[in-house]
Amino acid sequence: MSAVTADQAMPRTPLARAAYGEKDLRSMGFLVVLWLCLAFGILVLAVLLVTTFLDGRERMDGELFTNYTSQIAPETAGARAAILGTAWVILTTALLAIPIGVAAASYLEEFASTRSRFARFVELNVQNLAAVPAIIYGMLAAAAAVAVGIPRNTVIAGGIALALLILPVVIVATREALRAVPQEIRQASLALGATPMQTLARQTLPAAVPGIATGTILALSRAMGEAAPLLLLGGLVFVKFDPNGFLSGFTTMPIQIFDWAARSQVEFQQLAAAASILLLVLVILLNGVAIIIRNKYATAR
Amino acid sequence: MDTGRIQASESPRAVLGCTDVSVYYGDFRAVNEVTMDIGVHEVTALIGPSGCGKSTVLRSLNRMNDLIPGSRVTGTVAYHGQDIYGKDVDPIEVRRRIGMVFQKPNPFPKSIYDNVAYGPKVTGMKVSSMDDVVEESLRGAALWDEVKDKLKQSAYGLSGGQQQRLCIARTIAVKPEVILMDEPCSALDPIATARIEDLMMELKKDYTIVIVTHNMQQAARVADRTAFFTAEAAEGHGDRTGHLVEFDLTTKIFSNPSDNRTEDYISGRFG
Amino acid sequence: MSHRSAGAGPSTVSRGLRPSPDRLSLRSTSPRRGEKAAFGFLVLAAAVSVLTTVGIVVSLALPAVQFFREVNVLDFLTGTSWTPRFTEKSYGVLPLITGTLWTTGIALAVCVPLGLGAAIYLSEYASTGVRKTLKPILELLAGVPSVVYGLFAVTFVGPVVLKEWFGIQVQTFSVLAAGLVLGVMIIPTVASLAEDAMSAVPRSLREASYGLGANRMRTVLRVVFPAAVSGIAASLVLALSRAVGETMIVAMAAGSQAKMVSDPLEGGQTMTGFIASAALGDSVQGSLQYNTLFAVGITLFVLTLVINLISIRLVNRFREIY
Repeated sequence: MSAVTADQAMPRTPLARAAYGEKDLRSMGFLVVLWLCLAFGILVLAVLLVTTFLDGRERMDGELFTNYTSQIAPETAGARAAILGTAWVILTTALLAIPIGVAAASYLEEFASTRSRFARFVELNVQNLAAVPAIIYGMLAAAAAVAVGIPRNTVIAGGIALALLILPVVIVATREALRAVPQEIRQASLALGATPMQTLARQTLPAAVPGIATGTILALSRAMGEAAPLLLLGGLVFVKFDPNGFLSGFTTMPIQIFDWAARSQVEFQQLAAAASILLLVLVILLNGVAIIIRNKYATAR
Repeated sequence: MDTGRIQASESPRAVLGCTDVSVYYGDFRAVNEVTMDIGVHEVTALIGPSGCGKSTVLRSLNRMNDLIPGSRVTGTVAYHGQDIYGKDVDPIEVRRRIGMVFQKPNPFPKSIYDNVAYGPKVTGMKVSSMDDVVEESLRGAALWDEVKDKLKQSAYGLSGGQQQRLCIARTIAVKPEVILMDEPCSALDPIATARIEDLMMELKKDYTIVIVTHNMQQAARVADRTAFFTAEAAEGHGDRTGHLVEFDLTTKIFSNPSDNRTEDYISGRFG
Repeated sequence: MSHRSAGAGPSTVSRGLRPSPDRLSLRSTSPRRGEKAAFGFLVLAAAVSVLTTVGIVVSLALPAVQFFREVNVLDFLTGTSWTPRFTEKSYGVLPLITGTLWTTGIALAVCVPLGLGAAIYLSEYASTGVRKTLKPILELLAGVPSVVYGLFAVTFVGPVVLKEWFGIQVQTFSVLAAGLVLGVMIIPTVASLAEDAMSAVPRSLREASYGLGANRMRTVLRVVFPAAVSGIAASLVLALSRAVGETMIVAMAAGSQAKMVSDPLEGGQTMTGFIASAALGDSVQGSLQYNTLFAVGITLFVLTLVINLISIRLVNRFREIY
């Protein structure tokens, strides 16, 4: 029927004609359904934020930050060890994942020939690793720690697990950022007698920094919220000390939340929610920073 | 009609000599057997219709073609008698002696100063004062007076013509012997173009210049010698392979070309 | 025609300028050892991903082999009772697989329609401004830590939404609540990749359709969707892999009873859930109990590997088209 009405009025441009045809009921219903699909996700996000806030607001106090966890006094227990542990582990993760990821991406994007078998094999590995379940990385890190003779439940083992987990994300983001650097920049540098490595270090990589930063921040934010691989490192759920080095024991906020959530007392549930608020605020902040960098960069180009 | 031999007495004192240079992209032969010499302290123009391979030839002169996957050069390009495609040759050393200015101005996203200082820094040139090198290079590119008060500002703030002169300044900062220019004015307005052309006349006192241009008047104005290229489809398939039709003194090419195709092109009958 | 060149031939070359010999040499002036070391580092970094895969296979396979020396592979794959911690030990993995199937199935039922709907809206209907605002918010769904989702499933979706609002009598831990929340988490995965696939469909195809008098709905369903089908399929396969591999939500909300799940209102244990809970236990390294972890781990890895390889093929095909 839309064809007939369209023929009668015949708006001139194809797009206008298409919009015109949208006024029948089915099309409008379709649009509403699409809209609801998008709205549903956003609505759930809003509900999750609100309920978590309501459940945890009573324990959003100073003690959450300053006190250690406790079996016997949940009403004053805190996430001090978990907060510091998260900081240590994420720092370690960043120190490992950023240089290795950026270097691997630089190799694949700037040096490897598309016909290189090694490069293609690496690419296949990266693509596959991106979708390997997070918990598997924990099994790898645990085995690796045992193999080199360090305790499993250490900051460095946790950092390795999370770094390997986010490595594919950092590699993909870096490759995309490098690809977005205009070819003219590389040519100009090479034509001046710079070597390919100088061109990479002094021109291409610096120009790609905003894109790399965006992708890396999002990846680190994901690592910060990840608990599954760390569970495999063992002995992380009841930590009452500040981590003090790469070989120190530790716990992280997601693990602390997991532990508290599994306990039946209301106080622990509140604590879990309060720590969740903290984690959510951090994640939203990091996402915000990443989006700001991305937008600023997009307008600058 | 062997004009090549007749012209031999006026052949240039060569910095670069191409002998039977063919360039391939994969199986496709983009340019077939070009033989020509580039004279020292001269401006040599490469002209011809689109797709005739003139830019490809230009890029083969300092191994910028290497950067295109699957490209291959046969024949020899001799720099002072030394084949730049020879076994022991380092393409980086080649590019340090034979610089290039591109079609679209492509300054680095850095300050004006850093743009010029980049080449001397990465090539490890021994300079007593980088400030002097920057000033000298910018003066050499007739840009100093316009930018001397804003050396620390981004190069992206300059006009297109200024950016292109900055690219020239950047190139001469590494003191090459030859400067290749790939349609350096095609993105510029007539006034900026005139400035670059004036600059070329200055530069050829110290450098040897090879310029690819679409603009025949430009070739006539600036070039001492002109090479005319065209592309013809090989029999049996549609790929067009470029080749050199005629290479001679610019005055000869524009007043009395030896080849009908050159004459047709010059007089605007094709291309 | 032989008049190619003025003064052709190598003889003229020798007449050129002769600068000082060191200036003339085109050989490299320094060995550039730093460059070679830097290049070595790049190659090594690229090799890390290969080493990771090898590491995963080795670290899972060695204990798993130990396990399968004591437990028959067939019994493992077909047994319907999973009781490695009881005195009467039984190592049939099917209960864990059914648990995984339930949570994955429910999650896909949520994320596939909602993700595709959101993708169509963002790609075909939303203005640039709307897309720029809504997409990051939607993507935040994928950024919410999974333990927070787990907590949300246990404290809100199960008891409040399902029980109070809809009157569905779910148990404290249920595969339904876990699967629903898992599905929400994966919506952005589907939406993002499917939107990319649809945005890559050339404008000309859409305009041809509009030109024939089709409206936007018909154009989307008859032209854009089919053209983007391999990219969309890849997004679904990736969602499947995510759902199978997610751990914390199911560990917290689906329960830890390994049984053949027949009712989504009940709890059940998934493969990942088992690994998480077994890891928290105090089994001795090298014991059969400890090795069960790796037997399940390698099953999970092989399963997701197959899914991933399918997805990679689909993605590569869709990249080839556009």
